[in-house]
Amino acid sequence: MEHKKLNPELVNLVQQWQGKKGNLIMILHEIQNHHGYVPRELSLELSRMLDVPLARIYEVITFYNFFKLSPPGKHRIALCMGTACYLRGAAVILDEIKNILGIKEGQTTKDGLFYLDVVRCLGCCGLAPVVMIDDKVYGKVKKNEVADILSKYIKEE
Amino acid sequence: MEKPPISLKINGKACKCGQSLTVLEACGENGINIPTLCYLKDINKEGACSICLVEIKGAKNLARSCVTYVRQGMEIFTNTPRVRNARKLNLELLLAGHPKDCLCCDRSQTCELRKLASDMGIKEVRFPKLTKIELPLDSTSASLIRDPNKCILCGRCVAVCSVIQSVKAIDFTGRGKASKVTTFFDSGLANSVCVNCGQCLLVCPTGAITENIATENVWQALSDPKKFVVVEVAPAVRAAIGEEFGLPAGTLVTAKLAEGLRRLGFAKVFDTQFSADLTIMEEGYELIERIKNKGLLPMVTSCSPGWIKFAEHFFPGILGHVSSCKSPQQMFGAIAKTYYAEKYNLDPRDIVVVSVMPCTAKKFEAKRPEMKSAFDYWKNKLGLKDNESFYDVDYVLTTREAASMIKEAGIDFLNLSGEDFDEPLGISTGAAVIFGASGGVMEAALRTAYEVLTGRQIEKLDFMDLRGLNGIKVAEVDIEGLKVKVAVANSLSNARILLEEVKAGCSPYAFIEIMTCPGGCLGGAGQPIPTNDQVRLKRMEAIYREDKNKTLRKSHENPAVQALYKEFLIKPLGEKSHHLLHTHYTERAGI
Repeated sequence: MEHKKLNPELVNLVQQWQGKKGNLIMILHEIQNHHGYVPRELSLELSRMLDVPLARIYEVITFYNFFKLSPPGKHRIALCMGTACYLRGAAVILDEIKNILGIKEGQTTKDGLFYLDVVRCLGCCGLAPVVMIDDKVYGKVKKNEVADILSKYIKEE
Repeated sequence: MEKPPISLKINGKACKCGQSLTVLEACGENGINIPTLCYLKDINKEGACSICLVEIKGAKNLARSCVTYVRQGMEIFTNTPRVRNARKLNLELLLAGHPKDCLCCDRSQTCELRKLASDMGIKEVRFPKLTKIELPLDSTSASLIRDPNKCILCGRCVAVCSVIQSVKAIDFTGRGKASKVTTFFDSGLANSVCVNCGQCLLVCPTGAITENIATENVWQALSDPKKFVVVEVAPAVRAAIGEEFGLPAGTLVTAKLAEGLRRLGFAKVFDTQFSADLTIMEEGYELIERIKNKGLLPMVTSCSPGWIKFAEHFFPGILGHVSSCKSPQQMFGAIAKTYYAEKYNLDPRDIVVVSVMPCTAKKFEAKRPEMKSAFDYWKNKLGLKDNESFYDVDYVLTTREAASMIKEAGIDFLNLSGEDFDEPLGISTGAAVIFGASGGVMEAALRTAYEVLTGRQIEKLDFMDLRGLNGIKVAEVDIEGLKVKVAVANSLSNARILLEEVKAGCSPYAFIEIMTCPGGCLGGAGQPIPTNDQVRLKRMEAIYREDKNKTLRKSHENPAVQALYKEFLIKPLGEKSHHLLHTHYTERAGI
């Protein structure tokens, strides 16, 4: 009866996993993959359907870096903090991005345009420090270039 | 069949112990206390604090004794330089991240972390404080405040909330340095399924969880000459508050408490036991009516506000089984601001009702929006506007807060000669005293129900089956051929067992008493710290002693309650009772 109000996708998923060990994390995985984050409302529904306490769900989604609490931005900025990039000044670049966009790592700008992620090694250490936006790689980035790079994406809008 | 004991050596001395014990427990049985900040018998064995380290012969690393089980022939060393140094190191690391405002911390006298630092001879902390951002307090709850900065992540609160109460409002979140204990999406206790029982507060080794303190409001009311400030004291307080002044657990200080409160400046010192007797009248008659008219059974008691919120969250479908009676605290407030105000010609707006409770959930209960019956009573009579509304009970103090006020006022509590409560709302029977112990409300109700139903005097007043610390207690009472099965549960995980039966429609009982806290109110979160099973038992003995010492031991014999019915309420379950003494419940989101 209660299920009527629920998102049919989630219902299918839960039924598929109902009663199986480790079901919570598998369902959360699917939700993360589908939405790019774990929406709060879905946690509430999941809690009711699986009879899992909300605090427990929150524990799981905050423990694993894989799960995100807020929707991803349109463009994902992946700033490399691997050893090479770090030594070549990635921290300065990170600060500059945070400054311009007014967000911290793991957050999305208010307009939903950018999501800032800090990663370890993008596999092109020769280009350090490296910033990747979606699938485009920017190498040997200097602090004064950051604003220019970001503005390309803002202008597109 | 019991397994044979195993032999082991502790610090070179041969010992025997049971097979399923942890090293920590085996050492405890053999007179060696191993320090720990996270272990709780049968509740929390996580090895979280890493203080309980011991050396075990043949093992390369030190072992956490709370999660290491004994083996035949094991050789344990608890007092080697290596053990002492490792324990100290771990304690210092905990202290490095801990605030140093111990002087004005609510738990300064009862903090296990501070005591351990002193016991282990820590004179300095060699480590700098990790650059840690100050985390915001969770002060959303009317009952409890959580300060994550003082939390040492021992996990006791999480375990108690889950194992003892089956509420699971809080859990660990984040990882590493960012770990903390919190509610779903950090939305705060008030926005979670937390039932405000505060059992987490009782087990917290530090000051990370405290009650939402109301002493300042009470001091202000007491110094306002326009206000007529009265106080009501719950049964369990008199069997425990002495501990705050250094008396052994189980010391009854009823008369000293009444005098102490009077010296604080309360205009009248009344007794929640008066309204406990009143509760029995209303609840007893409600039960009789349900039995006679084939109403919804079992009926479940409604005195314990943690249990009420639990039912609203987790068992909304069976709220019809819960007695509509308000708790004694709330009945008192409603009567003080109507009957008493009229009788003594007081303006109800000038009366301030303060309650002293063994409970943190009572703070939440007093602020439930529906708890303004006296205002509704006076609204038309005095032409009051909605914005002039007032609560039936204005401020709730815990046992600890009341003790701190007595200390602050410089009252030499131990040397008070003792005084009586004021009349008429301070008169009570033994049936009301035992409200403070698990099983007491049931026993009190049975004493009255028996006599009302049969019209004869009950032969045996004491229902021994319903007493004690067992989680679920059952009895069958023969009321002139009518066999009434009753059950008593204390702690919500035990309550859940009985409630699942009610929900499934297969409960064999007619009447169920539920108390949120282990042992009943005497084990509530407003009580002195420590509150553990030994202390609970002592307080319980004191409560039954007080009952035995009372001349009147049945609620319906309380002359002040009889007068209240004669002069004001007319009869139990009557029109006025309906408005002032009964309430309704709200369905809340589960999980």
